[in-house]
Amino acid sequence: MTSTVDTAGDVPLVLQAAPDLPPIVAAPSRAGPLTTFARRNPTLVVGGLLLMLIGLAAIFAPWLWTVDPHALAPARRIRPPSETNWFGTDDLGRDVYSRVIYGARTSLVVGAAVAAVATFFGVLVGVVSGFVRWLDPIIMRIIDGLMSIPSVLIAIALLGVARGSIANVIIAIALAEFPRVARLVRGVVLSLRERSYISAAIACGSSASRIMSRHILPNAMDPIIIQATYIGASAIITEAILSFLGVGTPPTIPSWGNIMAEGRALWQVKPYIVFFPSIFLCITVLAVNLLGDGLRDMLDPRAAKRI
Amino acid sequence: MGTFILRRLLLTLPVMTVVALFVFGLLYIAPGDPATMIAGDQATPVEVERIRVSLGLDQPFVVRFGAWALSALRGDLGNSLFSGQSVVSMIEQRVPPTLSLMALTLVISVSVAVPLGVVAAARQGSWLDRAVSSFAVLGFSLPVFVLGYVLAYVFALELGWFPVQGYAPPSAGFGQYIRHLILPALALSGGYIALITRIGRSAMLEALSQDYVRTAKAKGVDRRSVLFIHALKNAALPIISIIGIGVATLISGAVVTETVFGIPGLGRLVVDSLLRRDYPIIQGVVLVSSFTYIIVNLAVDVVYTLLDPRIRY
Repeated sequence: MTSTVDTAGDVPLVLQAAPDLPPIVAAPSRAGPLTTFARRNPTLVVGGLLLMLIGLAAIFAPWLWTVDPHALAPARRIRPPSETNWFGTDDLGRDVYSRVIYGARTSLVVGAAVAAVATFFGVLVGVVSGFVRWLDPIIMRIIDGLMSIPSVLIAIALLGVARGSIANVIIAIALAEFPRVARLVRGVVLSLRERSYISAAIACGSSASRIMSRHILPNAMDPIIIQATYIGASAIITEAILSFLGVGTPPTIPSWGNIMAEGRALWQVKPYIVFFPSIFLCITVLAVNLLGDGLRDMLDPRAAKRI
Repeated sequence: MGTFILRRLLLTLPVMTVVALFVFGLLYIAPGDPATMIAGDQATPVEVERIRVSLGLDQPFVVRFGAWALSALRGDLGNSLFSGQSVVSMIEQRVPPTLSLMALTLVISVSVAVPLGVVAAARQGSWLDRAVSSFAVLGFSLPVFVLGYVLAYVFALELGWFPVQGYAPPSAGFGQYIRHLILPALALSGGYIALITRIGRSAMLEALSQDYVRTAKAKGVDRRSVLFIHALKNAALPIISIIGIGVATLISGAVVTETVFGIPGLGRLVVDSLLRRDYPIIQGVVLVSSFTYIIVNLAVDVVYTLLDPRIRY
């Protein structure tokens, strides 16, 4: 066993004489790199696959045995699940299954867009705050202020003055989420700027923007990616909450929150209108959270052990 | 101690100002001109202008913000555009249900989450630990209104143990009061429990790896005292701090929970006002909730120094 290892010559004789010892170095796995990756990062793979499945459903919604999610059929209002309407119909006779599948588009677009917008502005503000000393206290007080307003209330307040489009919903949620990224990035910048390789870069005459883009941001990338994933999950929930309350995505666009809002008045007699979109919402959020946990475990093994 | 509290209090002033600016700025950019609205359809431009001046709407932003902030400090947040009632009295009516809901949630969450976190950390890597961690991920992924509907369906509609909807004030009897609050509080607890458990577990792991824990074990202190006295006391700070930070999530969750369970609290008030575009009420609720959050976290910081004499500011 040990003799297959190159360093076998260094192993003390006593050990060599014991043939039943387990191999010191694991035998190279015969599984392909993909299987090895999946075995090492089960959470990441499960979350990623689930999310991919929902993403495919969103993209190929028209071909997934759906009908027009807006088609009204007053004659077939509030039907329980059946062979023609898998998830039943709502109070306007629309097919709940089709609306749920199309609703995946709204959730995924909002989740991804908020993650992107919040991360972009968060990184921008965090870098400025971490690098420009005199601006730091001002920016941090603004961040503290924004963080002390509960996220749903920030979004509600903004949607009160600018109602009614997916873009506004995205902006409103992103405003509530970006302070988290800004704080994270500021912290990383503050701790990195004291490192000697940064001093070396300054001594070499690198410009501030070069130090930022070449030396600091690449080192801050891992926590930012992890945080962006969690923000995506939280944004999907917030969009559903806002739409459920009737203040988010316009009711004409199918979204899980909207379907639940329509089912709200009827839920005690016809609970399925509320439950089907709920299930999809939970699975999607779980998938994104698992993806985030998996990324954290993969990129930052030390943090993974602590949390 | 006194100077610390004073300094900490002064530090919250800029934060409160930012919140106030945000809240006031909302009305500033809101569509619709209050002067035109008050003047009515028949008013001439001159009359509208006169009302505008009498309301101070012709003043620059800073002056208007100052005037608004001063009256807010005196406890006047304006009147509802819809009913004409004062915003402060409308909010006062809605505070008890929301506060009761949040208080019960806090009690449930802490009494479930702290033991869970301690046990998970004490048996790190065991099936119990893994179950607790998986439960935390599930808790984060279960939106509060989904959990609310599931609980209401099972325990109210199917089993009939609790009322499906509504709120009973304490004057209706303590039993009724709690019966109406249990399901919404459980729904609201889900995410909060997950949050506190996760932080509690990692804080306990940190504390358990310290030398004094090893010393205590070596002295022969029994397991339970090591866990709850030596380790938990030292892990208490991050736990208390996450409870404070979690209040923001709790307020967000309460808004939704009140809609699911038909509770006439602040959350319902703000949603109903939004549908009617009653901006002064939205401003008032946002202001009150955020200031509550700021004050809770101020209190947390003060508790910190009381608990841990090493912390000196």
